[in-house]
Amino acid sequence: MTRSGAAPAPEIAKAGPVLSVTGLEVSVNTEAGLHPLVTDLSFTLMRGETLAIAGESGSGKSITALAIMGLLPPPAVRLTAGTIRLGTRDLTRLGEAGMRAIRGDRIAMIFQEPMTSLNPVLTIGTQLIEAIRAHQPMSRARARARAVEALGAVRLSEPARRLGQYPHELSGGMRQRVMIAMALALRPEVLIADEPTTALDVTVQREVLDLLRDLQRDLGTAIILITHDMGVVAEMADRVIVMQSGRMVEEGPTPAIFAQPRAAYTRALLAAVPRMGAGAARAAVDLTRNRVLGRPDPARLHGDDAGPVARLEDVRVRFDLKGGVFGRVTHGVHAVAGVSLAIRRGETFALVGESGCGKSTIARAMVGLVPHQGLIEIAGQRLATNDAAALKALRRRVQIVFQDPMAALDPRMRVGEQIAEPMVIHGIGDGDARRARAADLMARVGLSADQAERYPHEFSGGQRQRICIARALALQPDLIIADESVSALDVSVQARVLDLLAVLKRDFGVAYLFISHDMAVVENIADRVAVMYLGQIVEAGSREQVFGDPRHPYTQRLIAAVPVPDPGHRRPPAPRLAGEVPSPVHPRGRGPARRVLHDIGHGHLVAEGD
Amino acid sequence: MAAYLVRRLIQSALILLGVSFITFLLLFVLPADPVRQIAGRSATPQTVANIREQLGLDQPFVVQYARYLGGLVQGDLGRSYLQKTEVATLIAARLPATLLLMAGAILCELVLGLTMGVIAALRRGRIADQALMMTSFIAVSAPQFVVSLLLLYVFAVRLGWFPIGGYGTFAHLVLPALTLGILGSGWYSRMMRSAMIDVLRTDYIRTARAKGLGRARVILRHALPNAVLPVIAMIGIDIGIFMGGIVVVESVFGWPGIGQLAWQGIQRIDIPIIMGVTLVSACAIVIGNLLADLVTPFIDPRIRLR
Repeated sequence: MTRSGAAPAPEIAKAGPVLSVTGLEVSVNTEAGLHPLVTDLSFTLMRGETLAIAGESGSGKSITALAIMGLLPPPAVRLTAGTIRLGTRDLTRLGEAGMRAIRGDRIAMIFQEPMTSLNPVLTIGTQLIEAIRAHQPMSRARARARAVEALGAVRLSEPARRLGQYPHELSGGMRQRVMIAMALALRPEVLIADEPTTALDVTVQREVLDLLRDLQRDLGTAIILITHDMGVVAEMADRVIVMQSGRMVEEGPTPAIFAQPRAAYTRALLAAVPRMGAGAARAAVDLTRNRVLGRPDPARLHGDDAGPVARLEDVRVRFDLKGGVFGRVTHGVHAVAGVSLAIRRGETFALVGESGCGKSTIARAMVGLVPHQGLIEIAGQRLATNDAAALKALRRRVQIVFQDPMAALDPRMRVGEQIAEPMVIHGIGDGDARRARAADLMARVGLSADQAERYPHEFSGGQRQRICIARALALQPDLIIADESVSALDVSVQARVLDLLAVLKRDFGVAYLFISHDMAVVENIADRVAVMYLGQIVEAGSREQVFGDPRHPYTQRLIAAVPVPDPGHRRPPAPRLAGEVPSPVHPRGRGPARRVLHDIGHGHLVAEGD
Repeated sequence: MAAYLVRRLIQSALILLGVSFITFLLLFVLPADPVRQIAGRSATPQTVANIREQLGLDQPFVVQYARYLGGLVQGDLGRSYLQKTEVATLIAARLPATLLLMAGAILCELVLGLTMGVIAALRRGRIADQALMMTSFIAVSAPQFVVSLLLLYVFAVRLGWFPIGGYGTFAHLVLPALTLGILGSGWYSRMMRSAMIDVLRTDYIRTARAKGLGRARVILRHALPNAVLPVIAMIGIDIGIFMGGIVVVESVFGWPGIGQLAWQGIQRIDIPIIMGVTLVSACAIVIGNLLADLVTPFIDPRIRLR
């Protein structure tokens, strides 16, 4: 096997397998003996192709990647059967020293979390140069030149200056590009990308995926793309392997898998994927159902008998940065810079935007967890963070469901008690009444009442989120703030939780403030949508207005960036972002320029200017 | 950075003021009478009253403290009641010995503790780990006078490698520094072990391995600098613990440092000496913490002092 210095023509390169896995079995050593994590997995990877391994959490896809790299966490997890051949060499027989020569040189890997995958105390340059010099003995100066070249290839601006920077000085997207530069600097034959864009914002994901595709075309690298996102699969992969519980359930060319999935699991997986453009159809169903049940239309409800459940007027949240000898405030982070909105009774109001746009800060301000300026009204009552009694009363009206249910539940408290706890805090009912209500709520969210005696770790991720939802419902609030509540869940689980939220909304008449970065999910469940950018709303309106006729360039870019789970879909080349998102930090006494929203018809608000 | 330093120095001055006040108050309310110590048992009430007046000990607390502070801001620590010498002179004569002992002890405990901790982390759950952690447990729990006597017996009396006590050569330093170092190494090895285990689990260590780096480079270049960060903060706090231990160790080994001076002062209720030694120790702790905080940004670029 010879290393190809210059990029070969892809046609020639595509001949023959570069990596073949046969009968792979990986097991974990538990007290009850060996337990298989991956069973009888066989596949081949051709030169220059992209093979996607798709599946939900626990399917064994990441373990497979680590097995190929020889990085299975010792001593518990190990390879118990099968061969992994790179060319003609069996990697399972190489041993640590042999594998070290392969890793980073012939097979490279990039990981899901760019924020934690680079060493925080070493410069980008040190980390890149050592990767090059680990495999190719050359002078520091030459390695440095190679590193600059590699950073240029991943389209980082000012590559030479980046070498002296530390990871914390770069954004998530830039760090992932550094990881890609590091992985591809030595022109490996195989690149394993384990959820490379999952932790990134959707517009950044778009750029990183485009970059990977371009580099693959130039270098002829074969890519194993591990992902849970069928949209990413459709856009990137030539072939797909679908895995479930450590086994391959289906394999085939991408168009075939999407057009005619054979395995039931693949069909279920594809059906659960939220799709852009599907929202309108679902709304029609919802509306008919509403009429059948004789429930009032949310818009009508809003009209006369009751005001909005929550109203925000020019809300601002600023975090102070201190400096100088006396620690005076010198700068402010303008996390929320003047947001006005109203949430009607019984509606789902979605707030979308990318990380750092201030959407979660609004949620925290609305329950008085961070101080705010401007007006927040819950059910007609002004929220004042300095009046503890009033704040407690208002909190009864608003509840939050967070992103990570494991972190939001007390691991040492029975779930039944946790669901009843809000009632204890607000002094509602006696012990028996609370227990009965907790049992009832558990049934309503699809759990059985006898599970109340269990602890959070005994539940799956989706079940835990149901527990959090039950707890939020315990006080019969008017509004539930769902802050990225389904983002950490597998798609099939996500779909069921979203259905549950819709049912509960109908039955309890609760309104949702649904905060999400996921445009496809929002398009599926929202009645009205507001798009946030840098602490301000740039566009707002009904779902049909914002998704059907997006007017603000940022909204358009967000929608265009969402991967479409359809291999036949060809997107227009996305306009490349002009650099990084500007900083929300301003010197004391100054703030960001206010955007002015204009109504372009029927309540469709669009920011003017940019 | 300059603003940070100024703020920290102001804070340090306030801490020292607080220490001086509390110590002075404790000595004031103490039932023991320093004048009796000076005058001796056979002194007449008149002599006792004279000495009391002479030392200003007949004044109310506020006046006494104000006088002391007034001297302090001019760099005057007062005169020893019994040795009839400036406290500053006494301390200055003994401080180098104590600083030398402290430096030796810190070196010992870092070398011993960090090595033990790293090895234990790398051999986690195996025999070596368990043996090292058992050793560190013993080191932490053993009283200093036991360790010092044991070392004296084995290395000075039986083997005769080192002198039994005194001050002057490198050989004199080894046993007292080792005594203090062994105690500290117990703490440091446990801390280092857990920090190292946490760091070895991180994504960036996985990245380093995925690059094909050798084991030595992964550990020394990638893991160690991250794991050592919490340990550095510990050194600053540690100096305070030292000041307590030094009294025992200096007595056992006849080391002419301020620990001995403190012991003499306490026995005779020599208030200026007790005050002086306490303030010097407090200074050492404050400076130690400040240095630890100043060093951290050089290892962790994410930390900015402001």
